[in-house]
Amino acid sequence: MSTVEHRFGPYGGQYVPETLMPALGELEAAWEVARADAGYQAELQELLRDFAGRPSRLYRARRLSEHAGRPLYLKREDLNHTGSHKLNNAIGQALLAMRMGKRRIIAETGAGQHGVATATACALFGLECVVYMGLEDTKRQRPNVERMELLGATVRPVEAGTGTLKDATSEAIRDWVTNVQDTHYIIGSAVGPAPYPSIVRDLQRCIGDEARATLLEREGRLPDRVIACVGGGSNAIGIFTAFVGDPGVQLIGVEAAGEGIASGRHGAPLTVGGRAGVLHGSMSAVMQDEEGQITEAHSISAGLDYPGSGPEHAFLRDSGRARYVAVTDDDALRAFAAVTRLEGIIPALETAHAFHYALEEPSDSTLDLICLSGRGDKDLAQVLEKLGGVEL
Amino acid sequence: MTETTVHNAGAERIAAAFANSGKRAALMPYLMGGFPTTALSLEIGLAYADGGADLVELGIPFSDPLADGPVIAAAGTAALRAGTTVASVLEVCAGLAQRMPVVIMCYANQVLARGAEDFAARLRDAGASGLIVPDLPMEEAPTVLAACDAAGLALVPLVAPTTPDDRLRAIGSRARGFLYTVSVTGTTGEREAPLGDRVAAVVGRAKAATDVPVALGFGITTPEQASEAADAGADGVIVGSRLVREAAEAADPAAAVREVVAGLADGLS
Repeated sequence: MSTVEHRFGPYGGQYVPETLMPALGELEAAWEVARADAGYQAELQELLRDFAGRPSRLYRARRLSEHAGRPLYLKREDLNHTGSHKLNNAIGQALLAMRMGKRRIIAETGAGQHGVATATACALFGLECVVYMGLEDTKRQRPNVERMELLGATVRPVEAGTGTLKDATSEAIRDWVTNVQDTHYIIGSAVGPAPYPSIVRDLQRCIGDEARATLLEREGRLPDRVIACVGGGSNAIGIFTAFVGDPGVQLIGVEAAGEGIASGRHGAPLTVGGRAGVLHGSMSAVMQDEEGQITEAHSISAGLDYPGSGPEHAFLRDSGRARYVAVTDDDALRAFAAVTRLEGIIPALETAHAFHYALEEPSDSTLDLICLSGRGDKDLAQVLEKLGGVEL
Repeated sequence: MTETTVHNAGAERIAAAFANSGKRAALMPYLMGGFPTTALSLEIGLAYADGGADLVELGIPFSDPLADGPVIAAAGTAALRAGTTVASVLEVCAGLAQRMPVVIMCYANQVLARGAEDFAARLRDAGASGLIVPDLPMEEAPTVLAACDAAGLALVPLVAPTTPDDRLRAIGSRARGFLYTVSVTGTTGEREAPLGDRVAAVVGRAKAATDVPVALGFGITTPEQASEAADAGADGVIVGSRLVREAAEAADPAAAVREVVAGLADGLS
């Protein structure tokens, strides 16, 4: 019997076309072997160290801590190679694909960070790479499209639906249904059918494991709060996992409130709650109408512009172990500007949501750990255009 | 190989349609409910019956149809934009069920939205005989299967070329109505090339794994391919995208699809 979870409480499962079921079984079996295999782990650890630059730094923010009135520790995934945490998962899954004899890789991407990470891993290993990206996102994240193409990947813009992450993910799954025999699908977030949410968590949990060890060493204590942004939820599950067994540590996931929860134009299914639903192969918190049609998400940040969520997050929410909140587009923009000017770090717009919560929501926390999931260079054009309209 | 043979009203009506088709294989066209409009989709379905269809698969459009290729996905998007709902598709269902058995095709989240029991009861009340859910594999199906059995609906499972033999037998033993056998590794959509020898193996494997009729679908476009499917031993032939494209492009969709269905029926005579 496999030790890879298929369900997190009622969430998760494998709601996919029959064509993919054998491939999911093969992937699960390969992951069970690989994650316990010394050779796989040695190669992965070497690449994470020498290619990606892990462990990533843990930085006690100087002026932001002063501003917040408590120490803020930033886990610097923005300093990871390719500029976000996404490479941790992409390298691990690319190595896994090669163990399964698959040399064609597909991926979906929203902000382009996962697409760039996957294209990078494929360049490193000489694998064919096709990245699906919503048409709207190819426009607002142009630099990442150019990076992927320079790295040798084919970027396929997806026009269907709203041309965002949801549509790109659907199109990637259709490609996989068609080419499953020679193709591995590297899902970029902790979503999708089992075993993906478990694989992505296992490959991202280094974020929290490293941060916890470093903080204990440096401060001799654990944080009161761990704060991370949540689209599908891979950086969040990556930093939460190490702390799930520490009951004194609050885990807070920050979703996109977009134009405000009340407007309906947001990307906050975990925060809003409501009936669970099936999207992209798993049961979790999703945005949907009463007939089960998935509704459109909205967020200024492409990486949070997603109506679904990772099933383990829905489980952590229901169990009370983690809490989910949402931050609006405008507040994220303000935090983006504040972090840039106060600390000399340009964060990804996704991460800016987490910063707003940590900086502006009242709390009696005495030490926060924030996952700085990625750098914001990709967002510059969009932010410069929008900042004029926001009072800082 | 059958664990328990389930007799219900839907499965019996489907079985009769296969038995009485008068062709080498039953002709089972797919219809996107609400496309191009609710009224026209009913007309198109009736034209299928006039053209010689034995059974109709009626799709309820879904926002994220993972198993569908571009033609059916686009028709679904258009139908949703036009305001199609479960209720409006079930009106079409009720109209068509007077002529031939209707098998509803939709996605798991639509079935689960108000609970499988409620959904199955609504389908039964609209005269449907069966339900196909392409993103509900065997492992996730038990509650929906129980709800369909209770409502007298046949829950029709899918098998694919990638499905290994032992799994095929497990799915085949749980099949109600017929076994939907996917002819290609891929999504729905027209494919022009002859089906070839591979399909005989696909159909043969499916027939060895179940007691219910085996219907072949995905990618079947021409009367020649339909004939090949019958030659390969398929008990039914499912044609989707070819007809949905006709509904999208023709000036008089009902007349156009009637002609295409009649051509397919000829291929099976």
